[in-house]
Amino acid sequence: MHSELTRLVLGRLSWDAIPYHEPILLFTFIGVAVGSAAVLGALTYFRAWGVLWRDWITSIDHKKIGIMYVVLGLVMLLRGFADAIMMRLQQAMAFGGNPGYLPPHHYDQIFTAHGVIMIFFVAMPLVTGLMNFVVPLQIGARDVAFPFLNNFSFWMTAFGAGLVMMSLFVGEFARTGWLAYPPLSGLAASPDVGVDYCIWSLQIAGVGTLLSGINLIATIVKMRAPGMTLMKMPVFTWTALCTNVLIVAAFPVLTAVLVLLSLDRYLGTSFFTNDLGGNAMMYVNLIWIWGHPEVYILILPAFGVFSEVVSTFCGKRLFGYASMVYATVVITILSYLVWLHHFFTMGSGASVNSFFGITTMIISIPTGAKIFNWLFTMYRGRIRFELPMMWTVAFMITFVIGGMTGVLLAVPPADFVLHNSLFLVAHFHNVIIGGVLFGMLAGITYWFPKAFGYRLDPFWGKCAFWFWVVGFYFAFMPLYVLGLMGVTRRVSHFEDPSLQIWFQIAAFGALLILLGIVSLIVQVVVSYVRRESLRDRTGDPWDGRTLEWSTSSPPPAYNFAFTPRVYDNDTWADMKKSHYQRPREGFIPIHMPKNTGAGFIIAAFCAACGFALIWHMWLPAAIAFAGVLAATIIHTFNYNRDFYVPAEEVARVERARTRLMAAHV
Amino acid sequence: MFDTLDAPATHVPERRFYIPVEHHPENGTLLGFWLYLMSDCLVFACLFAMYGVLGRSYAGGPTGAELFDLPLVAVNTSLLLLSSITYGFAMLEMQKNRLRGTLGWLVITGALGAGFIGIELHEFAHLIQEGAGPQRSAFLSSFFTLVGTHGLHVTFGLVWLATLLVQLIRRGLIEANRRRLMCLSMFWHFLDVVWIGVFTFVYLMGVLP
Repeated sequence: MHSELTRLVLGRLSWDAIPYHEPILLFTFIGVAVGSAAVLGALTYFRAWGVLWRDWITSIDHKKIGIMYVVLGLVMLLRGFADAIMMRLQQAMAFGGNPGYLPPHHYDQIFTAHGVIMIFFVAMPLVTGLMNFVVPLQIGARDVAFPFLNNFSFWMTAFGAGLVMMSLFVGEFARTGWLAYPPLSGLAASPDVGVDYCIWSLQIAGVGTLLSGINLIATIVKMRAPGMTLMKMPVFTWTALCTNVLIVAAFPVLTAVLVLLSLDRYLGTSFFTNDLGGNAMMYVNLIWIWGHPEVYILILPAFGVFSEVVSTFCGKRLFGYASMVYATVVITILSYLVWLHHFFTMGSGASVNSFFGITTMIISIPTGAKIFNWLFTMYRGRIRFELPMMWTVAFMITFVIGGMTGVLLAVPPADFVLHNSLFLVAHFHNVIIGGVLFGMLAGITYWFPKAFGYRLDPFWGKCAFWFWVVGFYFAFMPLYVLGLMGVTRRVSHFEDPSLQIWFQIAAFGALLILLGIVSLIVQVVVSYVRRESLRDRTGDPWDGRTLEWSTSSPPPAYNFAFTPRVYDNDTWADMKKSHYQRPREGFIPIHMPKNTGAGFIIAAFCAACGFALIWHMWLPAAIAFAGVLAATIIHTFNYNRDFYVPAEEVARVERARTRLMAAHV
Repeated sequence: MFDTLDAPATHVPERRFYIPVEHHPENGTLLGFWLYLMSDCLVFACLFAMYGVLGRSYAGGPTGAELFDLPLVAVNTSLLLLSSITYGFAMLEMQKNRLRGTLGWLVITGALGAGFIGIELHEFAHLIQEGAGPQRSAFLSSFFTLVGTHGLHVTFGLVWLATLLVQLIRRGLIEANRRRLMCLSMFWHFLDVVWIGVFTFVYLMGVLP
């Protein structure tokens, strides 16, 4: 009786789940514990808990939520990169008699966690964070359409990331590769908690992403400033719109397929099993119907960033605005017609493979059009090589290489040879690092002064730039070579000593990237210390062209004292040309949404429910689920969700800005 | 013709780059909710696709023709379709600003929905008792998941309906409650549409040889 109750409460969780016999994990755990204790202590010492709760955790301000997303993405980048450099070290040394320092079951968890973290908890938060911060400012809105939902979405993502981190110290992570293909991820081959951690962290974060997608579409469709027709929207907003359409159309598939895998694992159904009529290839199809749009979800906002950056730093209108918009829309549509190229080797026959090979190659046409648009914008522009522009140039060169290897892989016969090889690994890192990551770093550098009121230090930014770019080429060009020589991915030990030199070069590249990451951290610290000399008093540090640069840096909570009226594509450039004068009086009260803790609480219950389900703790899971329902219902009884910022308060804030701008001149 | 030349409107007016009065953007709730419904529709699309692929993988177990009790499902279907009509009546009452009528039709809608869930649970229990549970074959896995997901949605709709009844009684037909009624209305009709797909593809086509 007693033991049954224990099982009901604790499930399969026991002290054995804590990996204290693994020195690497033990030291990491000690490090994390000391670090968290220091942070918690500092918060208590500086009495920051109240501020943290009132101004950040419960905040429904899209700017703060955007910043929190980006911080989450950068923190998780450190974790994902730690995994990466461990793999590079292992592969550089594990030859012949040397087994390396990572046993296979640990190595397998590392490459799985690396993929899951980098896509879901680094790239996605960075992309969502930038869209959250920038889009309402670019369209002249006060906030997103559903501010509470925005807060909830963020916390779902953050708690999803928390579950992945927890798997490091309690239990283990999946050993299946990031997409957890069955039957390997099924109950028979992976009976332990690793796959369950993967499923529930993605499920929780995925719901957050989906809701955030709905939110941003509604924002862009309904809340643009008067006069901003669709074809007058800034390109970043266009790419954000397309990305969020992709999110809403793709993430439900991920949700569904993860539910089906969970049912196989929890209830013993046979969707993807080898027996009783299951079909594992259905999983592979469905996961890529989500997965391929996912890569465009990541890259489209990066394209948007580059468009804004190129146009700003060349001091010109973007070349071929309309073609840029149509290219984005065409990519959005085509991204649904290519999923099968991830498994040409499934054996679906020549005609099916040709169809998907051709659609894949067609995507390079709108993408190429974009590259030419950026080049023609630069042509005869007055190019200022500030950091965002440097990232953009590095992107154009790197991404074209990655795009060409992608077209190569789109040829089914070539893919049969290169499938699952390091050539593929090199290809997608080439486009994700050279495209998404460079784009996000360009975007962060570009909009950082808008968010915090001072620019990032350019010296350390340039160090980071060169270490990252050079490091990238050292780390991944050898993988192309190895892939062509037939080396497959996800291998932790090699016999052929002639390959070792390439892995050592790649490890050297990873070391350079490490220096790049260190430079980024130093850059943030140095910029904070030197913030007075880097201060942006005008709100327009780069001579920008879109609406976000018309307000102060950082913008007031209400973004714009008066709703802007738009006449032209580059509204702010148009306003500056017309000698626009900021209104100094006649302010009116502004209608704003109120902060609420409900999003955090509901997301916390969801995470608790996920954790309980991972460990088969049925009773706590039921309680947490009831908590989700109860907290949601209670929240719906709160009708008091908005307030007016009094006109005097607006006048006070705007006067302060007037003084700041006067001090600049 | 010459009048227009003299008119003051001919000179180019100075463009004003801001709106000096309070500007209310359109409310996006209905669009947002509709987007959510479409995303939910894709979840169902995946489940339909699974059923399409696995629906005849009996693994030596019972087939749809052997299991489905069509008269019972027909009763079930009519309950759900009726509940959509009664929800429509509730919305008509809401537009006439009649709280009592709205509440009345909502209660009837809820009762019909609960009847639907009751019959579905009865059907599931019966199947499991016969040894035709979701673990028996891929066909039954996909059947229970598709029909069960729909049932789960209806159940959440019932919880929502109950919550909304309390809120209506407390605050009446205020703007926020009207919006919520509209959202639940879309949700309820959406589930009806999905059920028509389930009824056709799973039950009617399932009993074909």
